[in-house]
Amino acid sequence: MNLRAVFTRLFAHLDGPLVGLLGLLLLLGSLVVLSATGENTAKIASHFLNMSLALGAMLLVSHIPPQRLMQFALPAYALGLVLLLGVALFGIVVNGSRRWLELGVTRIQPSELMRLAVPMMLAWYLHYKQETLRGRDFAIAGLLLVLPVGFIAKQPDLGTSLLITASGFYVLFLGGLSWKVIVGAAAAAGAALPLAWNTLLHDYQRNRVLTLIDPSSDPLGAGYHIIQSTIAVGSGGVAGKGWMAGTQTHLDFLPERSTDFIFAVYSEEFGLIGNLFLLLLYAAIIWRGLVLAAAAPSLFGRLFAGAIVLTFATYAFVNMGMVSGILPVVGVPLPLVSYGGTSMLTVLVGFGIVMSLVTHKRLVKT
Amino acid sequence: MSSLRLINPEVEFLRYRRRMEIAGGVAALLFLALFSRFVWLQIIQYDHYHALAESNRISLVPAPPSRGVVYDRQGLVLAQNFSAYTLEITPDKAGKLADTIDQLARVVNIDAEDRKRFRRLLAESKNFESVPIRNRLTEEEVARFTVNRYRFSGVEVKARLFRQYPFADIFSHVVGYIGRIGQRDLDRLEANEQLANYRGSDYIGKLGIEASYEAWLHGNTGIEKVETDSSGRAVRVLSRTAPVSGHNLYLHLDAKLQQVAEKVFGDYRGALVALDPRNGGVLALVSKPGFDPNLFVDGIDSASWRELNDSPDRPLVNRALRGVYPPGSTIKPFMALAGLEIGVRKPADTISDPGYFVLPGSSHRYRDWKKGGHGMVDLKRSLVISCDTYYYGLAHLMGIERMSGFLAQFGFGKKSGVDLDGELAGLMPTPAWKQKRLKQPWWPGETVIAGIGQGFVLTTPMQLAVATMAIANNGVVYKPQLIRAWRDPVSGQVSYAAPRPLGKIAMSPEHLRLVKEAMVEVTQPGGTASAAGAKAPYLLAGKTGTAQVIGIRQGEKYDASRVAARNRDHALFIAFAPADDPKIVVAVLVENGGHGGSTAAPVARKVIDYWLLGKLPTVYAPVETMAAPPEEEVEDAGPTEEIAPPVVEEGATQ
Repeated sequence: MNLRAVFTRLFAHLDGPLVGLLGLLLLLGSLVVLSATGENTAKIASHFLNMSLALGAMLLVSHIPPQRLMQFALPAYALGLVLLLGVALFGIVVNGSRRWLELGVTRIQPSELMRLAVPMMLAWYLHYKQETLRGRDFAIAGLLLVLPVGFIAKQPDLGTSLLITASGFYVLFLGGLSWKVIVGAAAAAGAALPLAWNTLLHDYQRNRVLTLIDPSSDPLGAGYHIIQSTIAVGSGGVAGKGWMAGTQTHLDFLPERSTDFIFAVYSEEFGLIGNLFLLLLYAAIIWRGLVLAAAAPSLFGRLFAGAIVLTFATYAFVNMGMVSGILPVVGVPLPLVSYGGTSMLTVLVGFGIVMSLVTHKRLVKT
Repeated sequence: MSSLRLINPEVEFLRYRRRMEIAGGVAALLFLALFSRFVWLQIIQYDHYHALAESNRISLVPAPPSRGVVYDRQGLVLAQNFSAYTLEITPDKAGKLADTIDQLARVVNIDAEDRKRFRRLLAESKNFESVPIRNRLTEEEVARFTVNRYRFSGVEVKARLFRQYPFADIFSHVVGYIGRIGQRDLDRLEANEQLANYRGSDYIGKLGIEASYEAWLHGNTGIEKVETDSSGRAVRVLSRTAPVSGHNLYLHLDAKLQQVAEKVFGDYRGALVALDPRNGGVLALVSKPGFDPNLFVDGIDSASWRELNDSPDRPLVNRALRGVYPPGSTIKPFMALAGLEIGVRKPADTISDPGYFVLPGSSHRYRDWKKGGHGMVDLKRSLVISCDTYYYGLAHLMGIERMSGFLAQFGFGKKSGVDLDGELAGLMPTPAWKQKRLKQPWWPGETVIAGIGQGFVLTTPMQLAVATMAIANNGVVYKPQLIRAWRDPVSGQVSYAAPRPLGKIAMSPEHLRLVKEAMVEVTQPGGTASAAGAKAPYLLAGKTGTAQVIGIRQGEKYDASRVAARNRDHALFIAFAPADDPKIVVAVLVENGGHGGSTAAPVARKVIDYWLLGKLPTVYAPVETMAAPPEEEVEDAGPTEEIAPPVVEEGATQ
């Protein structure tokens, strides 16, 4: 077996255009991280390490056949639930939220696992029931969705719970959830909103929403992030201030600038032209991802892959919307751009799964 | 189950495609919304956000100017700046402040007072500004700190400018002092739209020249345009407008003359004003006792403040401008001129002095200081021997209205307008004033005693000097001023202050000559100041005065030895010399000095000797020559019960 054949085997389950687009995005992200961290070499090194690990994981996952993935669905979901229960009982509190589980050597955040495990579980369930799919199955799937989301919302981690809800909803939506139910649920949610506002939300969460409406009400507190990031975006203008030349970034006015608010750095330095380019890049990845998802041979594959891609789109939209001041501040990183290993791993593993689901055509019995 | 249905893969797949198209469409719409938001922020609102980012980034840091130096007429420094090392802490960068200070105290000397001041300053400043914990470090302390510097983050040694007054208490009331800017200063600066110019300035003139010439001394604050990070720390300087130093001031004051005047007072309290009659320049302005203005620069400690404020000697009161005293007999030359000019007396008019004066239709005797009287007294002699009876009658003849009106021309009852703040106006009473202030009618007896400078009449030493200048100058009066010249900090050019003439009092030269001759005779044998005027190689013109501190009842006799030191009479003397070509005018007040001729006149003589002859006095303190006959004694002018006490303004002794 020659080297060429090895490479062919190794990359057999990757999709060229998608990997190319993801690579471009990662490259762009690295440039922004470089600027946002102020050329902090330790952080840059760890960013590249994270990237290599995540890309390796993507490559690895792309080789896992869909049947094997389907076998993982139920155990992964169950494990996730158990861990979430563990968090609720024994979790440690960081910054006022009980999200982490101390495992001696390391801490884990089970809600991260659920980002993939929940849509996988729902996709598996609908796939499993596909011959006799009816309303009750959707109801049970809905229950499977609400259970972990409830735990996570209770931590409290509103951002993650909403995004997991979204990913689960995408599975149900693509799986054919009746429009009546969708409209009904939307109406019910709308009606329940005032009640949820008063009972379910924490003060700081309410503040974040209120801050969005009027950031100047608390310019040094909750409003500070959003005021400074909007200034960064707006002052970038059409052409931007130039790479490494953002004043908001380099004079320390932007908080969280290498993680959740990295889009403000990018926007300030690359301007509207850069933003347009980034939007088109995300659009291209989503487009390619949806094309691939539609080509998956199994219902599980189509639902799971579709949900992964749509979730990716949601992350990008929510993050950019939050930084530019049209959505409340929720802790969502800009996918594949923000500094931070966990998010990068989750996203790239997700795309690895998408490619695996699509490229293992012949091996799947339908 | 009826709802059970078989799924057609084709149908299912088509539905999946349709749903996916919908999802993709929604995603595209949301991205479009994002793009519109970016267009709004980055194109339409660009100017707004650009300005916000700039104001985030750029801050204007004031560069305080160095304060003008004050010199006397010979170029001696009265107020200057010196550079000294301070130890300063930037709270932002230092760790726990209490710990840092404790550690520092082991390296340099930091006492409780330093800590107290640091806490006060800390409360007033922002966290990223450095706050001094110790001023005026010695070289050794600087060296010791430098060695240990690595242990202290956020602690620095800085060179700062301090204000210093080399003559200390000699000029306390004239030059004054600067102090830290307080709330009242801020309010005033804001009202004058001067606040911007004081950004970065810590001090402002509080008293004396430092206060009245604040606008000139302070200079213009420069501006550094600095790029700062979010914690306000300067990253780099973008541009800089240099500060412009304040004007250097040159005063008419002569430091040596002032020192001589200070010294000849000895332990007496009192005031002296010396003017140059040719231009109104203030040559000396003494108020004894003084205080050390250096104490006030960095905030006086409470013990020293209490000592100064509670002292019965009242060192904080500028007696020359704010001490109001009855002028006593020093008013007589002006009364004489009033009588002559108004026409109620002719030079040759003579009275027979029985030793007292009686108002028509009354039996009350207004007594002369000399029991038995002076016999036949004409105008000239009335001044030389200071005859009270003559002036009782003259005042009665003139009436209070005409008298006040004429004397007001000499500046009595009005502020002199000297270029220092806080001057008091004294009082030249009229019936209208009394009605308004005391709601009482004017009594004829009050006119009689006003004629010898008692009763309601109150003057400051400065007013006496200005009035004397009018006689010395044949009616020409200048507004007294301390400022002689100033140096423009930019061009370096020195400009001289023009004399400020107040006008000329119309008086017949004949009358003036007569009064001046009489004033010369005062200092010659037979005059009330003959001892002080003895052997003067120039013509010395003067007039003695004694001002009563406590009322003496009708029939009682003033006995200096029986009266407590602080209730003894104030001694006054006004003088100018040389009488034929006046170069200096002096007004002296010695508190509780007793007799004008024996305590106040020698002070004036020594000051004039120094000024005209360069002669330094050999004996400083005035020697009270009790052996000499008391030249005048003021009798109580009327029943004190009838008269409300004069309105005593601040600094006056009753």
